[in-house]
Amino acid sequence: MTNEIKDEVTILFAGDSGDGIQLTGGQFTDTAALVGNDISTFPNFPAEIRAPQGTVAGVSGFQLHFGSIQLYTPGDRADVLVVMNAAALKSNLESLKKGGIVIVNIAGFDKKNLRLAKYEDGTSPLTDGTLDGYKIHEVDVTKITRETLKNSGLGNKIVDRSKNMFVLGFLYWMYNRKLDNTIRFIETKFANKPELIESNIAVLKAGYHYGDTAEAIASRFEVKPANIKPGTYRNIMGNQATAIGLIAASQKTGLELFCGTYPITPASDILHFLSKYKNFGVKTFQAEDEIAGICSTIGASFGGALGVTTSSGPGIALKGEAIGLAGVFELPLVIINVQRGGPSTGLPTKTEQADLFQAMYGRNGESPVPVIAAQSPKDCFNLAFEACRIAIEHMTPVFLLTDGYIANGSEPWEVQKSENLPNIDVKFAKPRQDDDPEFLPYKRNEKLVRPWAIPGTEGLAHRIGGLEKDFETGNVSYDPENHEKMVKIRQEKVDRIADFIPDQEIETGKESGDLLLYSWGSTYGAVKTATRQLIKEGYNVSHAHVRYLNPLPKNTKEILSKFKHVVIPEMNNGQFIKIVRDKFLVDAKGLNKIKGLPFATEEIVQKAKEVLG
Amino acid sequence: MTEVKTKKISAKDYASDQDVKWCPGCGDYSILKQVQGVCAELELNKDNTVFVSGIGCSSRFPYYMDTYGMHSIHGRGPAFVSGLKVARPDLNVWMITGDGDALSIGGNHFIHLLRRNVDVNVLLFNNQIYGLTKGQYSPTSEKGKVTKSTPFGSIDHPFNPASLALGADGTFVARTMDRDPKSMRAILHEAHGHKGTSFVEIYQNCNIFNDGAFFPLTERSTKPDNTLFVQHGQPLLFGENNQKAIVLKDFTPTVVNVDEVDESEIWIHDVHDRVKASILTRFFDDPREDGGLPRPFGVFYQEERHVYENGVKSQIEKHIDVKGSPDLDDLLEGPNTWSIK
Repeated sequence: MTNEIKDEVTILFAGDSGDGIQLTGGQFTDTAALVGNDISTFPNFPAEIRAPQGTVAGVSGFQLHFGSIQLYTPGDRADVLVVMNAAALKSNLESLKKGGIVIVNIAGFDKKNLRLAKYEDGTSPLTDGTLDGYKIHEVDVTKITRETLKNSGLGNKIVDRSKNMFVLGFLYWMYNRKLDNTIRFIETKFANKPELIESNIAVLKAGYHYGDTAEAIASRFEVKPANIKPGTYRNIMGNQATAIGLIAASQKTGLELFCGTYPITPASDILHFLSKYKNFGVKTFQAEDEIAGICSTIGASFGGALGVTTSSGPGIALKGEAIGLAGVFELPLVIINVQRGGPSTGLPTKTEQADLFQAMYGRNGESPVPVIAAQSPKDCFNLAFEACRIAIEHMTPVFLLTDGYIANGSEPWEVQKSENLPNIDVKFAKPRQDDDPEFLPYKRNEKLVRPWAIPGTEGLAHRIGGLEKDFETGNVSYDPENHEKMVKIRQEKVDRIADFIPDQEIETGKESGDLLLYSWGSTYGAVKTATRQLIKEGYNVSHAHVRYLNPLPKNTKEILSKFKHVVIPEMNNGQFIKIVRDKFLVDAKGLNKIKGLPFATEEIVQKAKEVLG
Repeated sequence: MTEVKTKKISAKDYASDQDVKWCPGCGDYSILKQVQGVCAELELNKDNTVFVSGIGCSSRFPYYMDTYGMHSIHGRGPAFVSGLKVARPDLNVWMITGDGDALSIGGNHFIHLLRRNVDVNVLLFNNQIYGLTKGQYSPTSEKGKVTKSTPFGSIDHPFNPASLALGADGTFVARTMDRDPKSMRAILHEAHGHKGTSFVEIYQNCNIFNDGAFFPLTERSTKPDNTLFVQHGQPLLFGENNQKAIVLKDFTPTVVNVDEVDESEIWIHDVHDRVKASILTRFFDDPREDGGLPRPFGVFYQEERHVYENGVKSQIEKHIDVKGSPDLDDLLEGPNTWSIK
């Protein structure tokens, strides 16, 4: 038995939706975090809710990347693939590194399971050479689990549900992990069912001891703690971070949070999280459709609430007219698009960045809207908060783009203190005094921002509407000069936000050089990892990552001008690149992936080398 | 000593400084006048009152009211008022809509507003035509209607808005007409007093594209025989001298002469009886044809049901009782943390 030290490991758990894959992955993640590893995870759910057992459509996956080095992605390919059945192997083998380890539950490879996974009659991937070149550990998880619990008095159905604990115990053994954290978890989870505490712990231990006794296993691995900044950390998912960021903004401003929305994958979790926090005064309104979701939110904003609406591409399409109205109303509104594969219904459970144009231009008339995009699960917190700040301080609808990849992915997050969160300046217009001049609802300050005069304020009764407004009174105006003036003012107001956002920085590498990898949104981790690798290999490459897409930071042109080549990786057919070319006349090259999957580091490294010749 | 305001509030105090731009002779003028009058009678606080509309001729209404107002998106008024009331239950909110706005493009929002019972007053101006787009048939136009978009007559079956509202579990359903200011005012008062969504359908003449659509119901010569004004606790009588009555036998309403039946047989209107209100709102015969049932007006149905925004509020209060006041740092920390030293 050897004990190998590893810098980083990626494990991919895969099995039937009912196999407890997400729980197994989550437990391994928590334990790795407690040990002090850096972590990054990504769950992969089937699009169908309860696809038939044993079929490829029903496979659920959980990818975990943990290491003693800093990690920015859930890992390109897995070092270890755990498969609970034939379908799980079929749909995930491609994600395993050449020569990687496969842990196989052979009970999931009987005749029935092979047939359900559509392997040809009489063949099995375990024997037909499919797994040549991989290290395979075959274990009859089902049998050993039943054997372990044969005297428990529990029925087979309940016994089989703890199979995942065996796998977890075995992996804990492989990676030299202690069982305490999961034992504590089991004790809490089944506090009311002592018999299940006992059985699950027994199976967890059986998995661990199996590693000790099974002679087939040649080595154990060790992943030492990462060099992480001291502090208190928690694990956080993107959608969760978004919800918490919104509540934080509501608490900091003292504005009631109103979220009018309609369920849609992969955004619904934001609604689920928000609806739990009623003691924070959060008002969630599950509307009758996407349109009512945003319109109710605008109604709430008019009333003085912090209005947020959440959706994904197809829902945003339905909200377009209302976003235009919010732009004309000049009321604060946060619109969150958790992007998924499109067009139309597209790939609901897969990720994509193809709604940037929709956010920038997807409305009738001249309708500028600020757009920001989160770069990682934890960054969803920062940008949800920031979207609220911009919306309130600039009286405008704001788009926050995230996507399925970071919405469902998780990573450690250094817990923030509320007192350290930035302030957001909220100013409602004050009641009118007798000697005040006439109230002008569209009179602007130096930021070109109009007052937020909420109903109930004495002397400020006024009407807003979707018809073009007079530039000061807000009354309906069909005057040609006024219309042009208003279109220009609304644009200028959004443009001036550039004065209130941070400068663009170089994320990794030098301020100038041969190649700038210029990314936005969830590609951050893969591009950062690729840049570090390229620099290590001696290439003169830098990485700049954009979180403020409209307006862009004021120094963007200067940054771009210092590199011979600019490559823009995007999970779409080339959208940000068109904006960059349009604004800066830069001969940027695109790297586009439209497979519903995030970039692998290697794909970016390759493209960079190709451009550099 | 605080100064006591003695100035009498008048309808004019609720008129904005904007010129009213409906076509001369439009029924909307009468409705605007009655609403402003009712606001004055109720002495509504302008600063606490909001008029919200969708799109259409009727939806210009908020511009003419010196209150807070919002002219929103075609059909979406119910969504805007829902959000506004959930955020601000303290406000007095009125929604102005039309037959196209509420029943065609906004049909979905309309039924959900009624189902949720948000505390707003909905005034639906029904002129059975699209006016602002210059004369296409609407979802309340009668079958066979010849319009610009139906040169050979409409083949659509029309909605009966009051029945639809009742079917969507509306808690206050009423009908009135532009040419009957007195009855309109009475109904607006009741609508304002009702807690929940008050739905008032107002027959309104479009003198440009659908002139006279309601004349059999509104004109002196035909009105008595074609219309029935209902009042809670009163018998259903109509006709020039109230000589006709409605009796309900085996769920079938029939017109009888008062002197031909025993008084006890005459239908007494009970505004809280949902089943009978359903039958009443189904009185929808074409007044141009003889022998039909008269078209009813008045408050058909009213019930007390929990108001949506109050439910939202009490759930939050209950949650604060159980979980305690919010602690943002607790939320930021979450249930599971670990320390790196």
